[in-house]
Amino acid sequence: MEFLRPRTWQEALAAKAEHPSAVPIAGGTDVMVEINFDHCRPTHLMDLGRVPELHEWEVGSATVRLGASVPYTKIIERLAPELPGLALASHTVGSPQIRNRGSVGGNLGAASPAGDAHPALLAAGAEVEAESVRGARRIPVEDFYTGVKRNALADDELIKYIHIARADGPQQFSKVGTRNAMVIAVCAFSLALHPARRTVRTGIGSAAPTPLRARAAEDFLTVALEEGGHWDSGRPLPPSAARRFAELCAAACDPIDDVRGSAAYRRRAVGVMARRTLGWTWESYRGEERSTRCA
Amino acid sequence: MRVTFTVNGRRHEADDVWEGESLLYVLRERLGLPGSKNACEQGECGSCTVRLDGEPVCACLVAAGQAEGRDVVTVEGLAGYEAARAGTAPREVGTVQQAFLDAGAVQCGFCTPGLVVAADELIERNPAPSDADIREALSGNLCRCTGYEKILDAVRLAAGRAAAPEEVS
Repeated sequence: MEFLRPRTWQEALAAKAEHPSAVPIAGGTDVMVEINFDHCRPTHLMDLGRVPELHEWEVGSATVRLGASVPYTKIIERLAPELPGLALASHTVGSPQIRNRGSVGGNLGAASPAGDAHPALLAAGAEVEAESVRGARRIPVEDFYTGVKRNALADDELIKYIHIARADGPQQFSKVGTRNAMVIAVCAFSLALHPARRTVRTGIGSAAPTPLRARAAEDFLTVALEEGGHWDSGRPLPPSAARRFAELCAAACDPIDDVRGSAAYRRRAVGVMARRTLGWTWESYRGEERSTRCA
Repeated sequence: MRVTFTVNGRRHEADDVWEGESLLYVLRERLGLPGSKNACEQGECGSCTVRLDGEPVCACLVAAGQAEGRDVVTVEGLAGYEAARAGTAPREVGTVQQAFLDAGAVQCGFCTPGLVVAADELIERNPAPSDADIREALSGNLCRCTGYEKILDAVRLAAGRAAAPEEVS
């Protein structure tokens, strides 16, 4: 095994082009487990810890440009106002020790269906900026996941930034597990209201081969909110509409039975989380609307 | 490969380090610092918690080469680390360690090094932690003797003593 230590992004890209099988390592919270347990013996291990851009973020007018290696702790502490869904999801990752090292870039690189960041990225709206010596491209996050632990990256590409839409309304994240800390999701769900565009977006984790959006549920809720005049009135949705939204979210799942839970349980739990997160986000939206109107 | 880094204020060089080796292995097997414990090797248990450039991390999940040029504090250096930041003379055991002894928070002792490193970092960051703060800060450290109540007592005791150091005999 060879240990590569690029000091710049250009050096990292050159090294990845020269050694396409090199495994990038940032926080190590996934890669080192694989190595410790002898599940993976890469020819080259490439430490991205010294590439400055990957540890930085920039808050723009519409999006946050998040360096791939920015640890979850920083997202929780510094980016919660702009990325509330992702900050909530980040807070459920592992433990303080893991959150100090793990990053969204690592979650995307591993592309586990159970990665905690994925539902929040899907709900907020995000693009993955991948780069190689051939050039850079932006991949919408919903197209990034291509299979169980598979993603759209080419062999010579590295994840540089994640461009995430700044929240324009309430966002929520919910996760089912056996306890609060150190738990891999049985299933997870994220919901983002987008009042500026009068749409909603969802993200489902650990209930299909890849993280995914419940598009039929999003479309249903978008129409229901619009037709009922809810964005303007702030009135809560009728329970029947909330129930229908939850059913459509559950129907979007394609789960399996495994040691963490059964397919039937996952489908049911996603429906429950969809209904609850809808209630929480809508209450929050109503609260904001009220304070805006009173101001 | 050779890895050079600072451990507990002293520069160390480790030679013939395998590229896939963890920081934990280098500390225990190459530098003779067995205080950080090796248990799960997957970041679940927190027994190997050390400070890496000040941040609590699982040493089992840091590749040795990633520690190049960095600053590491292990449980062996915790009392000195505390004294250095407080500007006091070093004692043999630090405030958190003494509180663990006094509160009976040590049973088999295997989880203790990781817990005291994590608890010391909490008190440095947050001198008056609530019970919820303590639980969250220690949520990555497992005690299989399940002595958590005494551990919580010890952290509360240590925080109180750190806030009023003159009361420590």
